[in-house]
Amino acid sequence: MALRIGKLAWQQLRRHGEETYPYECCGVLLGEIDGQGVKNVQEIVRCENQRTDSPHNRYEIEPRELVRIQREARARGQDIVGFYHSHPDHPARWSQTDLAEAHWTGCSYAITSVMNGSATVTNSFHLSGNPGAEDEGKYFEDEDIRVE
Amino acid sequence: MKVLIPTPLRQYTGKQASVEVAARTVGEMLGKLTTQYPDLRKHLFGDDGKLRRFVNVYVNDEDIRYLENGNTPLRENDTVSIVPSVAGGRQWLVASWATFYPLTLFTIH
Repeated sequence: MALRIGKLAWQQLRRHGEETYPYECCGVLLGEIDGQGVKNVQEIVRCENQRTDSPHNRYEIEPRELVRIQREARARGQDIVGFYHSHPDHPARWSQTDLAEAHWTGCSYAITSVMNGSATVTNSFHLSGNPGAEDEGKYFEDEDIRVE
Repeated sequence: MKVLIPTPLRQYTGKQASVEVAARTVGEMLGKLTTQYPDLRKHLFGDDGKLRRFVNVYVNDEDIRYLENGNTPLRENDTVSIVPSVAGGRQWLVASWATFYPLTLFTIH
């Protein structure tokens, strides 16, 4: 598994985290998944973090926004291939909360560490397993990011 | 009407990204959908027969929770979207403990 992303989208994804610091940013990765399971990101879509009660350590994308993004993407021949968010002053590793709240199996979850306002490491994780699982039965796998 | 299937559930609908279902209500639609694609049922519904908490169902741009849930009426040209939730966040419990524990020492007499 891997995540392929253009340089511009890559920069936009990381910059989003810097702009929302010290709060978590979030967004959607649009593109297509090829026959080998590689997610080819063609563009990113910024979203509003709905967790205004705890934005420094929680994020949530409003389902209505996902519905709109998905509809508009499909009209352009694209699909949702993953999501991204940032971890302010925290490593770019998935947390138990990230896993518990992840349900889009087959998609990528990219996380950027933003330290003191500057994006440092961005990692991506492929969600595998049972999409209906609340806790067990699903897991994240590290995946390469290819910026092209 | 058209039912949009999200990426994680397409493996249970023969890889179809959308399915056409004729139904008068959302409940009837979900019943027909899971009858046609039985493997979908356990991923949409819990053991109590209710939609799982992270499964959002929209009729056009409206969440059925704010309409009539399973009784929400459907029209032929409606689009139903099944959209799993997207949320998360960094771990903080350990960090917060490490931050606040020393403060508790000043309140102990």
